[in-house]
Amino acid sequence: MNYTFDFKAVIDSWDYLLQGAWLTVQLSIGAMVLGLIVAILCALGKTSGPKPVRWIINAYIEVVRNTPFLVQIFLIFFGLPTMGIRLSPDLAALIAMVVNVGAYATEIIRAGIESIQKGQIEAGLALGLRPLQVFRYIVIKPALRTVYPALTSQFILLMLSSSVVSAISADELTSVANNIQSQTFRSFEIYIVVTGIYLVLAMMFSALFAGIYKLAFAYDTDRR
Amino acid sequence: MIRAFSYNEFLFLLSAVQWTLALSAIAFVGGATVGLVIALARTSDIKAVRLAATGYIQLFQGTPLLMQLFLVFFGATVMGLDLNPWAAAALGLTLNASAFLGEIWRGCIQAVPRGQWEAASALGLRYPGLMRYVILPQAVKVAVPPTVGFLVQLIKSTSLAAIIGFTELTRAGQIVNNATFQPFLVFGIVAVLYFLMCWPLSLLSARLERRYALATR
Repeated sequence: MNYTFDFKAVIDSWDYLLQGAWLTVQLSIGAMVLGLIVAILCALGKTSGPKPVRWIINAYIEVVRNTPFLVQIFLIFFGLPTMGIRLSPDLAALIAMVVNVGAYATEIIRAGIESIQKGQIEAGLALGLRPLQVFRYIVIKPALRTVYPALTSQFILLMLSSSVVSAISADELTSVANNIQSQTFRSFEIYIVVTGIYLVLAMMFSALFAGIYKLAFAYDTDRR
Repeated sequence: MIRAFSYNEFLFLLSAVQWTLALSAIAFVGGATVGLVIALARTSDIKAVRLAATGYIQLFQGTPLLMQLFLVFFGATVMGLDLNPWAAAALGLTLNASAFLGEIWRGCIQAVPRGQWEAASALGLRYPGLMRYVILPQAVKVAVPPTVGFLVQLIKSTSLAAIIGFTELTRAGQIVNNATFQPFLVFGIVAVLYFLMCWPLSLLSARLERRYALATR
């Protein structure tokens, strides 16, 4: 092995890399927020909608979960323009991520809704609470507590899989790395550093989410 | 030169399925072998071994698979090896799968009640026998549904090998699309082919999980 490492190319384009990392974070947070809205609507539709609605939502979930993210991106980025809808790579990336995470989050949220025991709701109603109050005081917090860990790990998976959108040259971290790589040829050094950045981002977010969990949900429940 | 999408293009896509399946199979066998070691290391009594396995899992679960593939691909060149995309994809996916399977199986090993460990060691079984005759046979039953579920994940992951230039189903789709310029049709067919591979496994996994949930209720 007679290879000399040279990180000069990486150091020279440091702020470009940070820009890419920032877009990765923005894309991930944006996609997660929009994906959650999609997921809440779909979860409600799936638990209490009419049959055809349920059927469509189920089909959406199964299709997204059983096909690769990369193919979904290609369908959106290359497919939609043939129907006359032109998208920038960044917007196509965002849409693909929302469609993808929406399907996974639907199942998580549905599980959260179903985890609330019927008796709790009935008890609330029997005590004279109105449905909205039941939701506010009885349902929402334990439901959030149940789905929180799954949703946060889904966010981190989403952030890591967003590297795939570099295949359509959105300007996120991996694309930035590809650009620097093709100009300087220091592929290995750049990908090591970028992998490190992803690792740091993932660890930062897990620590942040764990902190929020402690603040918001650290009370004892005995539901066993 | 744009050509029409014909039966030949469809056959080309269909034949690329075998490469997706072959890559998935290799990554699964490799990932299962290394993953078992990782799972055993994660449940080991020796702290250093446990920490090393935890670090391995964190590293592979905390970074994108695409980066791992790039690093294997370019890293081999750095070390003076000339890895073709096929070997790089197989190696990268194996490492990645082993971290995920290791973590899934750790949970399954730990799901075996502690009393079983104690009983086995009270009977005089040492670690290899204890694992082989008492713990693993019970853990395997718990492990089957999530492992089948992970296979779906793995088949989908092989699509990333397209980015480092290995011609499996997704790459075949790109090639056909470049020639015919019918993205909806081409990637639609590609998506359907993936779906046909993954959906039965998803259903099987869900069914096994329900059966297991009934059995332990």
